[in-house]
Amino acid sequence: MPFIPHTEDEVEAMLGEIGAKSIDDLFDEIPRDLLIEDLHGVPDALSEQEISRLMRRRAARDRGALCFIGAGAYEHHIPAVVWDLATRGEFYSAYTPYQAEASQGTLQTIYEYQTMMTSLTGMDVSNASLYDGATSLAEAALMSVRANRKSKSRRVLLSAGVNHMYQKVATAIAGSQNLTFERLPLDTSTGSSDLSSLDKDSNAPVAVVIQQPSFLGTYEQVDKLTDWAHANGALVIAIVNPTTLSVLTAPGDWGEAGADIACGEGQPLGIPLSSGGPYFGIMASKEAIVRQMPGRIVGRTTDLDGNPGFTLTLQAREQHIRRSKATSNICTNQGLMVTAATIYMSLLGPAGLRRVALTSQQQTAKLVALLTEIEGVDAAFSAPHFHEAVVRLDRPVGPVLEALAERGVLGGHDLSKSFPELGNALLVCATETKTDEDLEAYAGALRDVLGT
Amino acid sequence: MSELPGDLTYTNEHEWLRQEEDGTVTIGITDHAQSALGDLVYVELPEVGQDVDGGGEMAVVESVKAASDVYAPISGEVVAVNEALSDDPEKINADPYGDGWIVRLRPSGDDGETMSPDEYQTFLDELED
Repeated sequence: MPFIPHTEDEVEAMLGEIGAKSIDDLFDEIPRDLLIEDLHGVPDALSEQEISRLMRRRAARDRGALCFIGAGAYEHHIPAVVWDLATRGEFYSAYTPYQAEASQGTLQTIYEYQTMMTSLTGMDVSNASLYDGATSLAEAALMSVRANRKSKSRRVLLSAGVNHMYQKVATAIAGSQNLTFERLPLDTSTGSSDLSSLDKDSNAPVAVVIQQPSFLGTYEQVDKLTDWAHANGALVIAIVNPTTLSVLTAPGDWGEAGADIACGEGQPLGIPLSSGGPYFGIMASKEAIVRQMPGRIVGRTTDLDGNPGFTLTLQAREQHIRRSKATSNICTNQGLMVTAATIYMSLLGPAGLRRVALTSQQQTAKLVALLTEIEGVDAAFSAPHFHEAVVRLDRPVGPVLEALAERGVLGGHDLSKSFPELGNALLVCATETKTDEDLEAYAGALRDVLGT
Repeated sequence: MSELPGDLTYTNEHEWLRQEEDGTVTIGITDHAQSALGDLVYVELPEVGQDVDGGGEMAVVESVKAASDVYAPISGEVVAVNEALSDDPEKINADPYGDGWIVRLRPSGDDGETMSPDEYQTFLDELED
Protein backbone atom coordinates (compact mmCIF):
# COMPACT_ATOMS: atom_id res chain seq x y z
CA MET A 1 0.00 0.00 0.00
CA PRO A 2 1.64 3.33 -1.03
CA PHE A 3 2.14 5.99 1.60
CA ILE A 4 1.19 9.33 0.09
CA PRO A 5 1.42 12.23 2.53
CA HIS A 6 -0.98 15.15 2.35
CA THR A 7 0.29 18.29 0.63
CA GLU A 8 0.34 21.56 2.54
CA ASP A 9 -2.58 22.78 0.41
CA GLU A 10 -4.65 19.73 1.36
CA VAL A 11 -3.85 20.21 5.05
CA GLU A 12 -4.84 23.91 4.81
CA ALA A 13 -8.09 22.99 3.09
CA MET A 14 -9.01 20.39 5.67
CA LEU A 15 -8.17 22.69 8.61
CA GLY A 16 -10.20 25.46 6.96
CA GLU A 17 -13.18 23.14 6.55
CA ILE A 18 -13.31 22.30 10.27
CA GLY A 19 -12.34 25.79 11.41
CA ALA A 20 -9.00 24.99 13.01
CA LYS A 21 -5.96 27.24 12.60
CA SER A 22 -3.25 24.64 12.89
CA ILE A 23 -2.80 20.93 13.50
CA ASP A 24 -1.67 21.74 17.05
CA ASP A 25 -5.17 23.15 17.68
CA LEU A 26 -6.50 19.61 17.33
CA PHE A 27 -4.53 18.60 20.41
CA ASP A 28 -5.41 21.55 22.61
CA GLU A 29 -7.34 19.35 25.05
CA ILE A 30 -4.01 18.01 26.31
CA PRO A 31 -3.17 20.06 29.43
CA ARG A 32 -0.29 22.50 28.81
CA ASP A 33 1.73 21.21 31.73
CA LEU A 34 1.92 17.76 30.16
CA LEU A 35 3.54 19.04 26.99
CA ILE A 36 7.30 18.90 26.58
CA GLU A 37 8.94 21.71 24.62
CA ASP A 38 12.14 19.90 23.73
CA LEU A 39 13.43 16.44 24.34
CA HIS A 40 16.42 16.89 26.63
CA GLY A 41 18.95 14.14 26.34
CA VAL A 42 18.05 13.23 22.78
CA PRO A 43 21.07 14.07 20.64
CA ASP A 44 20.91 15.93 17.34
CA ALA A 45 20.06 13.99 14.22
CA LEU A 46 22.87 12.14 12.48
CA SER A 47 23.42 11.76 8.77
CA GLU A 48 22.87 8.38 7.15
CA GLN A 49 26.62 7.85 6.94
CA GLU A 50 27.14 8.76 10.59
CA ILE A 51 24.35 6.51 11.84
CA SER A 52 25.58 3.55 9.76
CA ARG A 53 29.05 3.95 11.24
CA LEU A 54 27.64 4.15 14.78
CA MET A 55 25.42 1.09 14.39
CA ARG A 56 28.21 -0.95 12.78
CA ARG A 57 30.51 -0.09 15.68
CA ARG A 58 27.88 -1.15 18.22
CA ALA A 59 26.99 -4.33 16.35
CA ALA A 60 30.63 -5.34 16.25
CA ARG A 61 30.71 -5.38 20.04
CA ASP A 62 28.02 -8.11 20.03
CA ARG A 63 29.68 -10.30 17.45
CA GLY A 64 32.08 -13.10 17.99
CA ALA A 65 31.32 -13.82 21.63
CA LEU A 66 30.13 -17.28 22.62
CA CYS A 67 26.73 -16.77 24.26
CA PHE A 68 25.69 -18.97 27.19
CA ILE A 69 22.92 -16.65 28.39
CA GLY A 70 19.36 -17.92 28.23
CA ALA A 71 17.14 -16.34 30.89
CA GLY A 72 14.12 -15.89 28.66
CA ALA A 73 15.70 -15.39 25.22
CA TYR A 74 17.54 -18.20 23.46
CA GLU A 75 20.09 -18.42 20.67
CA HIS A 76 18.90 -21.20 18.37
CA HIS A 77 19.94 -22.02 14.85
CA ILE A 78 17.63 -20.28 12.38
CA PRO A 79 17.60 -21.90 8.93
CA ALA A 80 18.38 -19.27 6.27
CA VAL A 81 15.11 -19.92 4.47
CA VAL A 82 13.08 -18.63 7.48
CA TRP A 83 13.95 -14.97 7.04
CA ASP A 84 14.43 -15.29 3.30
CA LEU A 85 10.73 -16.14 3.05
CA ALA A 86 9.48 -13.98 5.92
CA THR A 87 10.97 -10.82 4.41
CA ARG A 88 9.31 -11.31 1.02
CA GLY A 89 7.12 -8.34 0.15
CA GLU A 90 3.95 -10.41 0.50
CA PHE A 91 4.64 -11.02 4.20
CA TYR A 92 6.66 -7.96 5.13
CA SER A 93 4.00 -6.01 6.95
CA ALA A 94 3.93 -5.76 10.71
CA TYR A 95 0.18 -5.93 11.18
CA THR A 96 -2.80 -7.86 10.01
CA PRO A 97 -4.14 -5.60 7.27
CA TYR A 98 -7.21 -3.52 8.09
CA GLN A 99 -9.02 -4.97 5.11
CA ALA A 100 -8.11 -8.34 6.52
CA GLU A 101 -10.04 -10.72 4.27
CA ALA A 102 -8.43 -9.22 1.17
CA SER A 103 -5.15 -10.77 2.36
CA GLN A 104 -6.00 -14.46 2.42
CA GLY A 105 -2.32 -15.49 2.47
CA THR A 106 -1.61 -13.46 5.61
CA LEU A 107 -4.69 -14.87 7.32
CA GLN A 108 -3.79 -18.43 6.33
CA THR A 109 -0.29 -17.98 7.81
CA ILE A 110 -1.82 -16.82 11.09
CA TYR A 111 -4.31 -19.70 11.01
CA GLU A 112 -1.47 -22.21 10.54
CA TYR A 113 0.44 -20.52 13.39
CA GLN A 114 -2.59 -20.79 15.69
CA THR A 115 -2.95 -24.48 14.81
CA MET A 116 0.71 -25.11 15.66
CA MET A 117 0.46 -23.25 18.97
CA THR A 118 -2.65 -25.12 20.07
CA SER A 119 -0.92 -28.37 19.18
CA LEU A 120 2.19 -27.43 21.23
CA THR A 121 0.29 -26.11 24.25
CA GLY A 122 -2.52 -28.65 24.24
CA MET A 123 -5.04 -25.82 24.41
CA ASP A 124 -8.20 -25.36 22.29
CA VAL A 125 -7.54 -21.92 20.81
CA SER A 126 -4.63 -19.57 20.19
CA ASN A 127 -4.65 -15.91 19.23
CA ALA A 128 -2.54 -14.38 16.46
CA SER A 129 0.18 -13.49 19.03
CA LEU A 130 0.84 -10.66 21.45
CA TYR A 131 3.66 -8.20 21.97
CA ASP A 132 6.14 -10.34 23.93
CA GLY A 133 6.41 -12.86 26.75
CA ALA A 134 6.26 -10.36 29.60
CA THR A 135 3.16 -8.55 28.33
CA SER A 136 1.55 -11.93 27.57
CA LEU A 137 1.59 -12.60 31.33
CA ALA A 138 -0.04 -9.23 32.03
CA GLU A 139 -2.73 -9.99 29.42
CA ALA A 140 -3.21 -13.52 30.78
CA ALA A 141 -3.66 -12.20 34.32
CA LEU A 142 -6.25 -9.62 33.18
CA MET A 143 -7.98 -12.30 31.11
CA SER A 144 -8.16 -14.59 34.14
CA VAL A 145 -9.99 -11.89 36.09
CA ARG A 146 -12.55 -11.45 33.28
CA ALA A 147 -12.97 -15.22 32.92
CA ASN A 148 -13.14 -16.05 36.62
CA ARG A 149 -16.04 -13.88 37.72
CA LYS A 150 -16.90 -16.19 40.61
CA SER A 151 -13.65 -15.20 42.31
CA LYS A 152 -13.69 -11.90 44.17
CA SER A 153 -9.91 -11.98 44.54
CA ARG A 154 -7.56 -9.68 42.64
CA ARG A 155 -4.50 -11.58 43.83
CA VAL A 156 -2.43 -13.58 41.37
CA LEU A 157 -0.16 -16.24 42.87
CA LEU A 158 3.09 -16.93 41.01
CA SER A 159 5.26 -20.01 41.21
CA ALA A 160 8.67 -19.21 42.73
CA GLY A 161 10.48 -19.47 39.41
CA VAL A 162 8.48 -16.94 37.38
CA ASN A 163 10.75 -14.57 35.43
CA HIS A 164 11.08 -11.42 37.60
CA MET A 165 10.95 -9.17 34.53
CA TYR A 166 7.57 -10.66 33.62
CA GLN A 167 6.31 -9.90 37.12
CA LYS A 168 7.54 -6.30 36.87
CA VAL A 169 5.86 -5.75 33.50
CA ALA A 170 2.64 -7.44 34.62
CA THR A 171 2.56 -5.26 37.75
CA ALA A 172 3.14 -2.12 35.67
CA ILE A 173 0.25 -2.99 33.32
CA ALA A 174 -2.25 -4.75 35.58
CA GLY A 175 -1.36 -3.09 38.89
CA SER A 176 -3.46 -0.06 37.96
CA GLN A 177 -6.44 -2.43 37.75
CA ASN A 178 -5.76 -3.47 41.34
CA LEU A 179 -4.17 -6.81 40.53
CA THR A 180 -1.41 -7.85 42.89
CA PHE A 181 1.23 -10.48 42.17
CA GLU A 182 2.70 -12.61 44.94
CA ARG A 183 5.26 -15.37 44.77
CA LEU A 184 5.37 -18.75 46.41
CA PRO A 185 8.57 -19.19 48.43
CA LEU A 186 11.51 -20.88 46.68
CA ASP A 187 12.84 -24.17 48.00
CA THR A 188 16.55 -23.33 47.69
CA SER A 189 17.62 -26.99 47.72
CA THR A 190 15.49 -28.03 44.70
CA GLY A 191 15.08 -24.65 42.96
CA SER A 192 11.30 -25.17 42.73
CA SER A 193 8.31 -23.67 44.53
CA ASP A 194 7.90 -24.60 48.16
CA LEU A 195 4.30 -25.82 48.26
CA SER A 196 4.10 -26.32 52.02
CA SER A 197 2.50 -22.89 52.50
CA LEU A 198 -0.40 -23.66 50.12
CA ASP A 199 -2.56 -25.43 52.68
CA LYS A 200 -2.40 -22.40 54.95
CA ASP A 201 -3.46 -20.11 52.10
CA SER A 202 -6.96 -19.14 53.18
CA ASN A 203 -7.32 -16.25 50.73
CA ALA A 204 -7.73 -18.08 47.41
CA PRO A 205 -6.21 -16.23 44.45
CA VAL A 206 -8.02 -15.46 41.19
CA ALA A 207 -5.27 -17.26 39.26
CA VAL A 208 -2.13 -19.30 39.80
CA VAL A 209 0.74 -18.73 37.37
CA ILE A 210 3.14 -21.63 36.81
CA GLN A 211 6.31 -21.20 34.75
CA GLN A 212 7.55 -24.56 33.42
CA PRO A 213 10.45 -25.04 33.13
CA SER A 214 11.03 -22.32 35.70
CA PHE A 215 13.24 -19.31 35.07
CA LEU A 216 15.91 -21.33 36.92
CA GLY A 217 15.56 -24.30 34.56
CA THR A 218 13.91 -26.43 37.24
CA TYR A 219 10.62 -28.33 37.19
CA GLU A 220 7.54 -27.24 39.09
CA GLN A 221 4.97 -29.75 40.37
CA VAL A 222 2.53 -28.62 37.71
CA ASP A 223 -0.10 -31.33 38.33
CA LYS A 224 -0.28 -30.64 42.05
CA LEU A 225 -0.33 -26.85 41.61
CA THR A 226 -2.97 -27.04 38.87
CA ASP A 227 -5.27 -29.25 40.92
CA TRP A 228 -4.79 -27.06 44.02
CA ALA A 229 -5.67 -23.95 42.02
CA HIS A 230 -8.83 -25.46 40.55
CA ALA A 231 -9.92 -26.87 43.91
CA ASN A 232 -9.61 -23.35 45.33
CA GLY A 233 -11.55 -21.58 42.57
CA ALA A 234 -8.51 -20.16 40.77
CA LEU A 235 -7.65 -20.39 37.09
CA VAL A 236 -4.26 -21.71 36.00
CA ILE A 237 -1.94 -19.69 33.74
CA ALA A 238 1.03 -21.54 32.28
CA ILE A 239 4.17 -19.67 31.19
CA VAL A 240 5.94 -21.89 28.72
CA ASN A 241 8.96 -22.00 26.44
CA PRO A 242 7.54 -23.34 23.15
CA THR A 243 10.73 -25.25 22.29
CA THR A 244 10.54 -27.29 25.47
CA LEU A 245 6.89 -28.19 24.81
CA SER A 246 8.08 -30.63 22.16
CA VAL A 247 9.32 -32.75 25.08
CA LEU A 248 7.47 -31.67 28.26
CA THR A 249 3.81 -32.26 29.11
CA ALA A 250 1.62 -29.65 27.44
CA PRO A 251 -0.21 -27.23 29.80
CA GLY A 252 -3.53 -28.57 28.49
CA ASP A 253 -2.65 -31.88 30.17
CA TRP A 254 -1.53 -30.53 33.55
CA GLY A 255 -3.42 -32.02 36.51
CA GLU A 256 -6.98 -33.25 36.25
CA ALA A 257 -8.37 -30.44 34.10
CA GLY A 258 -5.33 -28.79 32.49
CA ALA A 259 -4.20 -25.17 32.59
CA ASP A 260 -6.78 -22.60 31.48
CA ILE A 261 -4.42 -20.18 29.72
CA ALA A 262 -0.95 -20.70 28.28
CA CYS A 263 1.32 -17.75 27.54
CA GLY A 264 5.01 -17.11 27.03
CA GLU A 265 7.78 -15.85 24.81
CA GLY A 266 7.79 -16.96 21.17
CA GLN A 267 11.33 -15.79 20.39
CA PRO A 268 12.93 -19.27 20.51
CA LEU A 269 10.95 -20.17 17.37
CA GLY A 270 13.15 -18.63 14.69
CA ILE A 271 13.57 -15.08 16.02
CA PRO A 272 17.15 -13.81 16.47
CA LEU A 273 18.22 -12.41 19.86
CA SER A 274 18.78 -8.99 18.21
CA SER A 275 19.50 -7.11 21.46
CA GLY A 276 16.10 -7.86 22.97
CA GLY A 277 13.48 -7.51 20.28
CA PRO A 278 11.22 -7.47 18.42
CA TYR A 279 9.95 -10.76 19.86
CA PHE A 280 6.38 -12.03 20.14
CA GLY A 281 4.06 -13.24 22.87
CA ILE A 282 2.15 -16.50 22.84
CA MET A 283 -1.37 -16.88 24.14
CA ALA A 284 -3.64 -19.91 24.01
CA SER A 285 -6.62 -20.93 26.13
CA LYS A 286 -9.49 -23.28 26.67
CA GLU A 287 -12.42 -22.68 24.36
CA ALA A 288 -14.80 -21.94 27.24
CA ILE A 289 -13.03 -18.63 27.94
CA VAL A 290 -12.07 -17.66 24.38
CA ARG A 291 -14.29 -14.56 24.46
CA GLN A 292 -12.09 -13.10 27.17
CA MET A 293 -8.93 -13.63 25.12
CA PRO A 294 -7.30 -10.43 23.85
CA GLY A 295 -6.09 -9.97 20.32
CA ARG A 296 -6.98 -11.30 16.93
CA ILE A 297 -8.07 -14.81 16.03
CA VAL A 298 -8.28 -16.12 12.48
CA GLY A 299 -10.91 -18.73 11.67
CA ARG A 300 -11.43 -21.01 8.71
CA THR A 301 -14.75 -20.86 6.92
CA THR A 302 -16.36 -21.25 3.51
CA ASP A 303 -17.52 -18.45 1.22
CA LEU A 304 -20.87 -18.19 -0.54
CA ASP A 305 -19.67 -20.52 -3.30
CA GLY A 306 -18.49 -23.12 -0.80
CA ASN A 307 -14.78 -22.38 -1.27
CA PRO A 308 -12.60 -22.56 1.85
CA GLY A 309 -11.32 -19.22 3.11
CA PHE A 310 -9.96 -17.49 6.20
CA THR A 311 -11.48 -14.68 8.19
CA LEU A 312 -10.85 -12.64 11.31
CA THR A 313 -13.26 -13.90 13.93
CA LEU A 314 -14.35 -12.91 17.45
CA GLN A 315 -13.49 -9.29 16.71
CA ALA A 316 -16.43 -7.81 18.60
CA ARG A 317 -14.37 -7.27 21.75
CA GLU A 318 -11.37 -5.73 20.05
CA GLN A 319 -10.50 -2.09 20.52
CA HIS A 320 -11.60 -0.86 17.09
CA ILE A 321 -15.16 -1.92 17.98
CA ARG A 322 -15.34 -2.00 21.77
CA ARG A 323 -13.09 1.03 22.38
CA SER A 324 -12.25 1.49 26.06
CA LYS A 325 -14.09 -1.72 26.98
CA ALA A 326 -11.95 -3.88 24.69
CA THR A 327 -10.35 -6.99 26.16
CA SER A 328 -7.02 -5.25 25.65
CA ASN A 329 -5.69 -2.01 24.28
CA ILE A 330 -2.17 -3.23 23.67
CA CYS A 331 -3.19 -6.32 21.76
CA THR A 332 -0.54 -5.76 19.11
CA ASN A 333 0.11 -8.93 17.21
CA GLN A 334 3.61 -9.39 15.91
CA GLY A 335 2.71 -10.42 12.37
CA LEU A 336 6.21 -10.58 10.94
CA MET A 337 7.64 -12.50 13.92
CA VAL A 338 4.74 -14.94 13.74
CA THR A 339 5.36 -15.46 10.03
CA ALA A 340 8.99 -16.35 10.77
CA ALA A 341 7.96 -18.64 13.66
CA THR A 342 5.41 -20.41 11.46
CA ILE A 343 8.01 -21.03 8.75
CA TYR A 344 10.51 -22.17 11.41
CA MET A 345 8.04 -24.64 12.92
CA SER A 346 6.97 -26.00 9.52
CA LEU A 347 10.63 -26.56 8.56
CA LEU A 348 11.49 -28.37 11.79
CA GLY A 349 8.25 -30.25 12.38
CA PRO A 350 7.53 -31.91 15.72
CA ALA A 351 10.55 -34.23 15.44
CA GLY A 352 12.93 -31.39 14.58
CA LEU A 353 11.70 -29.19 17.41
CA ARG A 354 12.13 -32.11 19.78
CA ARG A 355 15.69 -32.58 18.53
CA VAL A 356 16.42 -28.90 19.22
CA ALA A 357 15.05 -29.19 22.77
CA LEU A 358 16.86 -32.45 23.55
CA THR A 359 20.18 -31.28 22.08
CA SER A 360 19.93 -28.04 24.08
CA GLN A 361 19.26 -30.06 27.20
CA GLN A 362 22.16 -32.39 26.45
CA GLN A 363 24.60 -29.53 25.83
CA THR A 364 23.47 -27.68 28.97
CA ALA A 365 23.92 -30.87 31.03
CA LYS A 366 27.42 -31.35 29.54
CA LEU A 367 28.26 -27.72 30.29
CA VAL A 368 27.15 -28.04 33.92
CA ALA A 369 29.23 -31.23 34.26
CA LEU A 370 32.30 -29.46 32.84
CA LEU A 371 31.86 -26.31 34.94
CA THR A 372 31.24 -28.12 38.21
CA GLU A 373 34.53 -30.00 37.78
CA ILE A 374 36.18 -26.64 38.43
CA GLU A 375 37.02 -25.84 42.05
CA GLY A 376 34.71 -23.14 43.38
CA VAL A 377 31.83 -24.08 41.05
CA ASP A 378 28.95 -26.27 42.24
CA ALA A 379 25.55 -27.28 40.94
CA ALA A 380 23.03 -25.17 42.85
CA PHE A 381 20.21 -27.71 43.09
CA SER A 382 19.81 -31.38 43.81
CA ALA A 383 16.84 -31.64 41.42
CA PRO A 384 16.95 -32.19 37.65
CA HIS A 385 16.96 -29.26 35.24
CA PHE A 386 15.86 -28.69 31.66
CA HIS A 387 17.34 -26.50 28.96
CA GLU A 388 19.22 -24.27 31.42
CA ALA A 389 20.68 -24.65 34.89
CA VAL A 390 22.03 -22.79 37.90
CA VAL A 391 25.59 -23.13 39.17
CA ARG A 392 26.94 -21.50 42.31
CA LEU A 393 30.31 -19.76 42.45
CA ASP A 394 32.56 -19.23 45.47
CA ARG A 395 32.71 -15.47 44.75
CA PRO A 396 30.45 -12.66 43.40
CA VAL A 397 29.17 -13.41 39.91
CA GLY A 398 29.35 -9.92 38.34
CA PRO A 399 33.17 -9.54 38.13
CA VAL A 400 33.50 -13.15 36.91
CA LEU A 401 31.08 -12.47 34.03
CA GLU A 402 32.99 -9.32 33.11
CA ALA A 403 36.28 -11.19 33.05
CA LEU A 404 34.68 -13.94 30.93
CA ALA A 405 33.34 -11.36 28.48
CA GLU A 406 36.88 -10.04 28.02
CA ARG A 407 37.78 -13.58 26.98
CA GLY A 408 34.95 -13.70 24.42
CA VAL A 409 32.50 -15.69 26.55
CA LEU A 410 29.09 -14.42 27.66
CA GLY A 411 28.94 -16.70 30.65
CA GLY A 412 25.30 -16.56 31.74
CA HIS A 413 22.78 -14.53 33.70
CA ASP A 414 23.71 -13.21 37.15
CA LEU A 415 20.92 -14.23 39.57
CA SER A 416 22.22 -12.41 42.64
CA LYS A 417 19.80 -9.48 42.24
CA SER A 418 16.63 -11.37 41.27
CA PHE A 419 17.19 -14.44 43.48
CA PRO A 420 19.42 -13.19 46.34
CA GLU A 421 18.46 -16.22 48.44
CA LEU A 422 20.57 -18.35 46.09
CA GLY A 423 23.82 -16.51 46.87
CA ASN A 424 26.43 -16.26 44.08
CA ALA A 425 24.20 -17.99 41.57
CA LEU A 426 24.72 -18.04 37.80
CA LEU A 427 22.11 -19.22 35.28
CA VAL A 428 23.73 -20.90 32.28
CA CYS A 429 22.30 -22.22 29.03
CA ALA A 430 23.82 -24.02 26.06
CA THR A 431 21.57 -24.54 23.06
CA GLU A 432 22.13 -26.76 20.02
CA THR A 433 24.26 -23.91 18.59
CA LYS A 434 27.08 -24.77 21.04
CA THR A 435 29.52 -27.52 20.08
CA ASP A 436 31.51 -29.59 22.55
CA GLU A 437 34.53 -27.39 21.70
CA ASP A 438 32.49 -24.30 22.66
CA LEU A 439 31.67 -25.88 26.03
CA GLU A 440 35.37 -26.68 26.57
CA ALA A 441 36.22 -23.08 25.64
CA TYR A 442 33.82 -21.77 28.31
CA ALA A 443 35.21 -24.14 30.94
CA GLY A 444 38.76 -23.14 30.02
CA ALA A 445 37.97 -19.43 30.26
CA LEU A 446 36.25 -19.89 33.63
CA ARG A 447 39.18 -21.87 34.98
CA ASP A 448 41.42 -19.05 33.85
CA VAL A 449 39.25 -16.38 35.49
CA LEU A 450 38.87 -18.24 38.78
CA GLY A 451 42.63 -18.94 38.83
CA THR A 452 42.30 -22.65 39.41
CA MET B 1 -42.23 -1.38 12.58
CA SER B 2 -42.72 -4.21 15.02
CA GLU B 3 -45.43 -4.31 17.68
CA LEU B 4 -44.42 -3.23 21.19
CA PRO B 5 -46.06 -5.44 23.83
CA GLY B 6 -48.38 -3.25 25.90
CA ASP B 7 -47.70 -4.94 29.25
CA LEU B 8 -44.02 -3.92 29.29
CA THR B 9 -42.12 -0.74 30.12
CA TYR B 10 -39.04 0.39 28.21
CA THR B 11 -35.78 2.28 28.69
CA ASN B 12 -33.77 4.57 26.44
CA GLU B 13 -31.05 1.86 26.45
CA HIS B 14 -33.56 -0.28 24.50
CA GLU B 15 -34.38 -2.67 27.30
CA TRP B 16 -37.82 -3.88 28.37
CA LEU B 17 -39.09 -4.69 31.86
CA ARG B 18 -41.97 -6.93 32.87
CA GLN B 19 -43.38 -6.68 36.42
CA GLU B 20 -44.02 -10.27 37.58
CA GLU B 21 -46.69 -11.21 40.11
CA ASP B 22 -44.10 -12.37 42.66
CA GLY B 23 -42.57 -8.87 42.78
CA THR B 24 -39.59 -9.70 40.56
CA VAL B 25 -38.87 -7.93 37.28
CA THR B 26 -37.92 -9.71 34.05
CA ILE B 27 -35.61 -7.81 31.71
CA GLY B 28 -34.61 -8.22 28.09
CA ILE B 29 -33.63 -6.13 25.08
CA THR B 30 -36.16 -4.76 22.62
CA ASP B 31 -36.87 -5.89 19.08
CA HIS B 32 -35.25 -2.65 17.90
CA ALA B 33 -32.07 -3.49 19.83
CA GLN B 34 -31.79 -7.06 18.56
CA SER B 35 -32.38 -5.94 15.03
CA ALA B 36 -29.71 -3.22 15.28
CA LEU B 37 -27.19 -5.68 16.72
CA GLY B 38 -27.80 -8.37 14.12
CA ASP B 39 -27.35 -12.10 14.67
CA LEU B 40 -26.32 -12.65 18.27
CA VAL B 41 -23.52 -15.14 18.85
CA TYR B 42 -22.95 -14.90 22.58
CA VAL B 43 -24.55 -13.61 25.76
CA GLU B 44 -22.55 -13.06 28.92
CA LEU B 45 -24.88 -13.45 31.89
CA PRO B 46 -24.44 -12.27 35.48
CA GLU B 47 -24.29 -14.69 38.40
CA VAL B 48 -27.50 -15.56 40.24
CA GLY B 49 -27.34 -13.92 43.67
CA GLN B 50 -25.26 -11.01 42.38
CA ASP B 51 -26.38 -7.46 43.21
CA VAL B 52 -26.57 -5.01 40.33
CA ASP B 53 -26.81 -1.22 40.50
CA GLY B 54 -29.28 0.71 38.40
CA GLY B 55 -27.36 2.03 35.39
CA GLY B 56 -24.53 -0.44 35.94
CA GLU B 57 -23.42 -3.20 33.59
CA MET B 58 -25.47 -6.36 33.94
CA ALA B 59 -24.82 -8.50 30.87
CA VAL B 60 -23.07 -8.36 27.51
CA VAL B 61 -24.73 -9.27 24.22
CA GLU B 62 -22.36 -9.98 21.38
CA SER B 63 -23.16 -10.13 17.69
CA VAL B 64 -20.76 -10.67 14.82
CA LYS B 65 -20.24 -6.92 14.62
CA ALA B 66 -20.44 -5.60 18.16
CA ALA B 67 -20.36 -6.49 21.83
CA SER B 68 -22.73 -4.27 23.80
CA ASP B 69 -23.39 -3.88 27.49
CA VAL B 70 -26.87 -4.45 28.83
CA TYR B 71 -27.34 -2.00 31.69
CA ALA B 72 -29.45 -2.75 34.72
CA PRO B 73 -32.46 -0.41 34.47
CA ILE B 74 -33.07 -0.78 38.21
CA SER B 75 -31.04 -1.87 41.23
CA GLY B 76 -31.64 -5.33 42.60
CA GLU B 77 -30.52 -8.87 43.16
CA VAL B 78 -30.28 -11.28 40.24
CA VAL B 79 -32.75 -14.09 41.04
CA ALA B 80 -32.63 -15.87 37.67
CA VAL B 81 -30.77 -15.75 34.38
CA ASN B 82 -31.86 -17.27 31.08
CA GLU B 83 -29.32 -20.11 30.91
CA ALA B 84 -30.79 -21.24 27.58
CA LEU B 85 -29.12 -18.22 25.97
CA SER B 86 -25.68 -19.73 26.58
CA ASP B 87 -26.37 -22.34 23.92
CA ASP B 88 -28.94 -20.42 21.90
CA PRO B 89 -28.21 -16.68 21.97
CA GLU B 90 -30.27 -16.33 18.79
CA LYS B 91 -33.40 -16.80 20.92
CA ILE B 92 -33.04 -13.05 21.53
CA ASN B 93 -33.27 -12.41 17.77
CA ALA B 94 -36.20 -14.79 17.32
CA ASP B 95 -38.29 -13.86 20.35
CA PRO B 96 -36.90 -10.79 22.18
CA TYR B 97 -39.95 -10.36 24.45
CA GLY B 98 -40.43 -14.07 25.24
CA ASP B 99 -37.83 -16.86 25.10
CA GLY B 100 -35.15 -14.20 24.68
CA TRP B 101 -35.52 -12.74 28.19
CA ILE B 102 -32.13 -12.19 29.85
CA VAL B 103 -32.34 -11.59 33.60
CA ARG B 104 -34.88 -11.58 36.43
CA LEU B 105 -34.19 -9.13 39.28
CA ARG B 106 -35.66 -8.64 42.72
CA PRO B 107 -35.76 -4.83 42.94
CA SER B 108 -34.01 -3.35 45.96
CA GLY B 109 -34.91 0.32 45.62
CA ASP B 110 -36.77 2.87 43.60
CA ASP B 111 -37.81 2.12 40.08
CA GLY B 112 -35.57 3.60 37.43
CA GLU B 113 -36.96 5.83 34.72
CA THR B 114 -38.95 3.83 32.24
CA MET B 115 -41.24 4.60 29.34
CA SER B 116 -44.67 3.36 28.33
CA PRO B 117 -44.94 1.57 24.97
CA ASP B 118 -46.22 4.79 23.36
CA GLU B 119 -43.40 6.87 24.82
CA TYR B 120 -40.82 4.32 23.65
CA GLN B 121 -42.37 4.31 20.17
CA THR B 122 -42.05 8.11 20.07
CA PHE B 123 -38.43 7.77 21.27
CA LEU B 124 -37.73 5.31 18.43
CA ASP B 125 -39.39 7.55 15.86
CA GLU B 126 -37.23 10.47 16.98
CA LEU B 127 -34.09 8.32 16.68
CA GLU B 128 -34.93 7.60 13.09
CA ASP B 129 -35.36 11.26 12.16
